[in-house]
Order: sequence, then C-alpha cells, then structure tokens
Amino acid sequence: MPEVTQGKQGNQGTITPLRVVIALCLFAPFVAMLWVSSYAKTEPLFAGIPFFYWYQMLWVLISTALTMVAYKLWQLDQRARKGGDAR
Amino acid sequence: MKDGVNGVALAVFIFFFLAVTVMGFLASRWRRAENENSLDEWGLGGRSFGTWVTWFLLGGDLYTAYTFVAVPALIYTAGAAGFFAVPYTILVYPLIFTFLPRLWSVSHKHGYVTTSDFVRGRFGSKGLSLAVAVTGILATMPYIALQLVGIQAVLDVMGVGGGEDTHWFIKDLPLLIAFGVLAAYTYSSGLRAPALIAFVKDTLIYIVIAVAIIYIPIKLGGFDEIFAKAGEAYAQTNEATGKPRGSLVPGDAGQWTYATLALGSALALFMYPHSITATLSSRSREVIRRNTTILPLYSLMLGLLALLGFMAIAAGIQVKNGQLAIPQLFETMFPDWFAGVAFAAIGIGALVPAAIMSIAAANLFTRNIYKDFIKKDATPAQETKVSKLVSLLVKVGALAFVLTMDKTVAINFQLLGGIWILQTFPALVGGLFTRWMHRWALLAGWAVGMIYGTVAAYGVASPTQKHFGGHSTEIPGIGEIGYIGLTAFVLNLVVTVVLTFVLKAVKAPEGVDETSPSDYTADAGDKGVQTEMPKLGADTH
Repeated sequence: MPEVTQGKQGNQGTITPLRVVIALCLFAPFVAMLWVSSYAKTEPLFAGIPFFYWYQMLWVLISTALTMVAYKLWQLDQRARKGGDAR
Repeated sequence: MKDGVNGVALAVFIFFFLAVTVMGFLASRWRRAENENSLDEWGLGGRSFGTWVTWFLLGGDLYTAYTFVAVPALIYTAGAAGFFAVPYTILVYPLIFTFLPRLWSVSHKHGYVTTSDFVRGRFGSKGLSLAVAVTGILATMPYIALQLVGIQAVLDVMGVGGGEDTHWFIKDLPLLIAFGVLAAYTYSSGLRAPALIAFVKDTLIYIVIAVAIIYIPIKLGGFDEIFAKAGEAYAQTNEATGKPRGSLVPGDAGQWTYATLALGSALALFMYPHSITATLSSRSREVIRRNTTILPLYSLMLGLLALLGFMAIAAGIQVKNGQLAIPQLFETMFPDWFAGVAFAAIGIGALVPAAIMSIAAANLFTRNIYKDFIKKDATPAQETKVSKLVSLLVKVGALAFVLTMDKTVAINFQLLGGIWILQTFPALVGGLFTRWMHRWALLAGWAVGMIYGTVAAYGVASPTQKHFGGHSTEIPGIGEIGYIGLTAFVLNLVVTVVLTFVLKAVKAPEGVDETSPSDYTADAGDKGVQTEMPKLGADTH
C-alpha cells in the first residue's frame, strides 16, 4: 500500500531522508511477497524444505527486523521533532 | 477414525477446559475498575492493557482455532496455494504500523469504541457509519460460527459426540456445554475474560507447535521424506476435477491468485471489529507500534503449523473432510495425553476469539445502531447492558447457524465476510489520513464493492458447489485469476474517487468533522494514562 505510506508522509509535512528509509522498510515486504514468481520454485532445498516455503518463512524474520528498524527510526524522528511541528 | 472415545485425551481436554472456565469467571476481578458499568470497562477492558497483554490478546484473537485447523487443512488438500496465509500475515504488520496508531489516538481522544464511531465522527455521516457497522456485524457472525466448527472437529476426533447415527442432542451436547460456559463468562467479565484466557491458549499452542514440528518429522523420517511423499500425493489426479490434486509450488496460473489473496486478506484483517476491539483496549499508542514488532512471532508459528499439512499427507492420514486432518494427525502421532493437550489448545483457541468477536459485534450494535438510531440518550450503564445481551444473542445465533445448517454454509459466509469487510477500508483507513473523500462517494463505493463482491462470489462454481465455490475469479480487464475481495476493493476506490470529484464540483454538503489533525497523533495523557514516550509535538491538553 504505497499510498498509505506516502499519505502519512504528506500529513507529517516534510520528507526527510529518515522518513524515506522508514517508508522503504515498511514497503519492502510488499515487493518481496507480492512478486510470487521470484520465489515459486523448489530448489534450493533447506533441510529438505522446498525454497518456496523456507524463503517465505525467512521473510517473516526479515520483515520483523525491518519493522523494528522502522519503529526505532520513528522514535528518533519523533524525538528530533519534540516540540516541533509533528501534526 | 470413530474408534471410540479417547479417554486420556478427553480427560486432559476437560482439565484445561475447566481451568480456563474458572479463569474466565475470575477475570472480572482482574484490574477491576471503579466504574464497571461502562462500555469502556466491559467492552474494552478499561483501555488499560500493556504491551504483553495486548500481544496475547491480539494473537489469541487473530490466530483462531479455525486458522489452526483450516490453514494446514488447505495445504493438506491443495498444497502450495494454502501457504498464502504466511505472506498475508507478513504484510499485515507493516500495514498496521502506519494506520493503527492513528486510529488508537483519535479513538482515545474522542472515546470511540468501534470503527463506526470513528467514521461517524470523521465524516459526520450516520449512514456511512451504519454501513460500516452492519458490514462488521455481518462479517463477524460467520467467523464466530467457524470457531464452533473448530471445536467440533476436535470433539469429533476425540470420539465425543458419536457418529452420524447418534441422537442430535447427545451429539451436540458437548458443544452446547462449551458454548454455554463461554457465553456466561463473557457476559460477566467482558473483554477481561478472553484477555486472561489468551495466556493459556497461546502458551499451549506454542508448546504444541514446538513439539509437533520436531517430534513428527523425526517419526516420519525428516522433511525430505515428508515433501517427497506430499509431492507424489499432489501429482495424483483428483477424480472430481480431472486435474492434479495440488502442487508443491504454485504454477504460473496460480501466482496472481496467491498474491492478490495475500494482499487482500492483509488489508482486510484489521477491518474486522474484533481486531479493532483488541487494539483499542491497549493502554497507549506505543503499545500498538511495539506490538507490530513482536506479533510476527505468530506468523512464524503459522508457517510451521502450515507444514503440518504436509506431515498429515506423509503420515498417511486419510480424511474426507480436510478440517479433520490436523486433529487426526495429532491423535495418530502423539501419545494420548499430549494429544489431549493439543486438542485443548485448539478448543481454547476457539473460545478466545469467539468471545472477543461477540463482544466486538455487540459493541457495534450498541454504539452504532442502538444508540444512534433507537435510543439516542442511552446512558453508559444502559449501553453496557445492551452490549452484554447482544453478545449473548450473537453467540446463540452462531450456534443455531452451525447446528442447523451445513458447515459449508458457514464457510461460504466467512468467505463473503472477508470480501465484505474489505469494503470498509476506504472509509476507515482513508479517513484516518485524509478527509478529501466525500461521505456519499464513500457510501456509493462501499455499495458497489459489496454488490460486485457478492455477485462475483456467487458465480464461482467448484466441483462440489454450484455457488460460492471459491474466493477467486477472473479479474475484469486483466484476465488473470485473482481474489474477488481485492477486485471489489479496487472498484470501490475508483467509484469513491470519481464520485468525490463530482460531488465536490456540485458542492454537495460535506458533513461535520469533529476531529482535528492533532487528534491523530495524540498519545495517552488525557486521562492520566502513563506513557514511556516523549510527548509528541502538537500536544493534547
């Protein structure tokens, strides 16, 4: 949902590099997961599990890490703006 | 399969069931507030839950017994297509990270209990609010019914309730008892009961999955062996369709379906009233953001759980009804006592969401139908009373549904419910970020989405059903097979945008917005709630 992310930035006023990184962190899982043909295959196996399955399970961990990064950056962003114009 | 009652498993099951029943009734004393007779207390647990309680509550709420039974069941019957639940739950969290804190803030500021409350406040439109409320109630009812289907599956495998030839009353008695108890403690304790029971439910589920994912593959000769056997099974021709039963990896034709289902379901999940109820019960805005970073643990569990579907095939489980595959796998592979633990996990896994869903539906009725249209001057005590009664009615309705109609009816309605609830997205999430859209345009978009979705779903045939045979059909203009809900959602958006231009051009009345921009970033502070975060710039008073 790119429009949601962008809409958020619009409401918050300025687009800073930090906010772009936050948006990318949140947007990356959508690209990875909706691009099904990039992972619809059996090889390589991992511990006997086809690629299709372990790759998506791996993305649970990757997207969690990305959301955590986004969360930490967001905290930084809000602190920087303390008393500022965060609407 | 019906080889008599499994006594040990049943005893363990009953033990856990009794334990959570006691907890359910005691829950009303947990974090008790001074004013019990308000909807904030009964229906939102006093809006007091911290990070961990919210985590258990949301986890217990979203990952239901039906999920545990249905996801592996889908893998068992069709293979890769059933795994869409994993990308679906991956996409949910970045999505809610962006909009849920805003909903929390504005609801906290204005005392909103339901999504319809917000829509009414934002757009000044009772009609739009009613549309959202009715959609929410319609989508939730079959979901509650499906929780019962989950309990039934477990009872069946344990040999309780007997076969087809048993008298109907004896057959349904265990379900009636389970449901009666659930209704009683939800009535007396409100949201606190499922919040407390969710601890037990999730602990049991995590233990069962951890054991299953290690123990069963060892017994079956490792994952190589499991996937090899599953691959063979999928390659065999399905007599009903004349095509292979399924596949280990989605083919070219299935990829659009896979992606649209994942995206559409992710967009829909937090439109469901019960997800919002669990969200609004949290103590602060930060609790929600923090939860989006720890909730994915459930997605990992769901992925592992899905793999059980392959194990059921490899273990040679043969069931006509896919829903029974996993309970049957547990019964076959585990020692009796542990099978009892696993069944208890699924059974309790049905009680928690059923309780939250009935509370959420009751809140919608009370706030957005009863108070808005029937008795405008209702006091908080009256609201609570009505909500309690409606939560009972909703459950009785779901029970009647399951007992009188075929299971497939509940599943069909659940399918439709997902399509329907997605149509409230533009009003709710759109409304959180912008007030550009016109209230009448939103209402029209919603109606178009609902009608298209229902008609399209009606037109899908499957080998076993003439109508409502699936969730996907050809996307007009693209020609690929995609999730009906998402197509309807896109139509809905297009209609909303076009009509907004038109209505603005003719200067149709906009309706009063009772919220202000700062409400959407306000954190706890108004009502003496503590927060660990520095306050945001534009502060609340």
